[in-house]
Amino acid sequence: MISGADTQIWQFRTPKQHMLRWLGWFWLVALTVFCWNLMTEDTIWAFVADAPRQASDIGGRMLPPRWGYLNQLWQPLWDTLNIATLGTLIGVIIAIPVAFLAAGNTTPSRYFVRPVALLIIVTSRSINSLIWALLLVAIIGPGLLAGIIAIGLRSIGFVAKLLYEAIEEIDEKQVEAIRATGASGAQTIDYAIVPQILPAFWGISVFRWDINIRESTILGLVGAGGLGLQLQSSLSTLAWNQVTVIFLVILATVIVSEWVSAKVRQAVL
Amino acid sequence: MSGSVVYLILAINSVEVDWFRVYEGLERGWRFIQGFLTPDFSSRWQDIQIGLIESLTMTLTSTVAGVLVSVPIGIGAARNLAPAPVYMFCRSIITLSRSFQEIIIAILLVAMFGFGPFAGFLTLTFASIGFLSKLLAEDIEDCDSAQIDAIRASGARWWQVVNYAVQPQVMPRLIGLSLYRLDINFRESSVIGIVGAGGVGATLNTAIDRYEYDSAGTILIIIIAIVLVVEYSSSYIRRWVQ
Repeated sequence: MISGADTQIWQFRTPKQHMLRWLGWFWLVALTVFCWNLMTEDTIWAFVADAPRQASDIGGRMLPPRWGYLNQLWQPLWDTLNIATLGTLIGVIIAIPVAFLAAGNTTPSRYFVRPVALLIIVTSRSINSLIWALLLVAIIGPGLLAGIIAIGLRSIGFVAKLLYEAIEEIDEKQVEAIRATGASGAQTIDYAIVPQILPAFWGISVFRWDINIRESTILGLVGAGGLGLQLQSSLSTLAWNQVTVIFLVILATVIVSEWVSAKVRQAVL
Repeated sequence: MSGSVVYLILAINSVEVDWFRVYEGLERGWRFIQGFLTPDFSSRWQDIQIGLIESLTMTLTSTVAGVLVSVPIGIGAARNLAPAPVYMFCRSIITLSRSFQEIIIAILLVAMFGFGPFAGFLTLTFASIGFLSKLLAEDIEDCDSAQIDAIRASGARWWQVVNYAVQPQVMPRLIGLSLYRLDINFRESSVIGIVGAGGVGATLNTAIDRYEYDSAGTILIIIIAIVLVVEYSSSYIRRWVQ
């Protein structure tokens, strides 16, 4: 094969695309380096260099775990489960109407009610439950109630978002069929929409419950009750061998709740 | 059914509430809502700015570092590419990273590396590794094996198979996942400051401790706005890439 000067060689991308890609990567690298420098401006590197020694020191204090401490953890564990479960319950109860108001096909008013419902969802979703707890502890005082409400407020956005997406994806024919029989608005929701979203609803709720168990284990760090409270007091007294026990209890709780939620979701979906 | 009723009664009874304290708090709650509606951007702006810069730089650097580490681990954790010992090793790293939450990792890393955004950067990187490697490995396992076989049949070495058969198939999704993780990392970066790992969470904690609800409201509004911007732009870029 003779290749003359004007023979074009096939390339995957045009030179311009090639240039653009390199430019994009270049900017990403430059931005990362810039951010890195900005971030580590005040870092004391002596502390960082010291980290392996600190790690082995803490590791030495963490082991062996103080198993006797386990007996003091049953009550906080029960509290943690209650925070997660009651919080999920509150969140779900509030999320259901919000989801119906936010879904494009069930909202009473596209331009007035829907944006408000979406705003509620966004606000609830953007703020982590630990921050909600921080606020609520300051407002209504430390304790389980603050934790429950924090978990509830955080769950509203999550459940409502997934639920309204499920509502928007339903089969409209069933709705029309029910409406054609002369059903009222409430009857349409009851007979045409609810049966279609019920499996998704249970799946979402259990999924959120599982996440809430994880999150409620640490809410005590800011004073909202549960295992985190014990974690906070063990950390502040530098009782690292108790911290190990708490970590193991948290790990076991998370594994069990994940297993439960996987089983339930398998059963409903 | 009756079991859940019994549980509910037991659970609700075990919640001790000091209703007087709650009643007193309602007034504070009202002041917080007022603070949220009339945010004060000016008086603590210096602190807020420092916190925000820490959060944002932490978010980007940790996502980039997380992706860089996740790619080899993700390839190692894909059953169709890695030999069994490597597979087991990479999977155990993923399990380790996924089993603890960011806050707990942050507590440990702050104790080791000292206060500040560097510990936060390490925390978010560590958490990103578990998330990204797991999803990347699953994606590689779902790859079209015909393409892999075709490249392999042409006599390609292992890394050539990865580069020419697997990489084009998973690249769009890897970019999508990275952007999604960027979004998550920003949310988390605003929380881990509470345990001393830098970021706007520390500023928020201070503002609430001082009962400066207008400054706290400002920080929350900024967090919500940034989360919105990151979420929408990342979902836009993801759609554009795919």
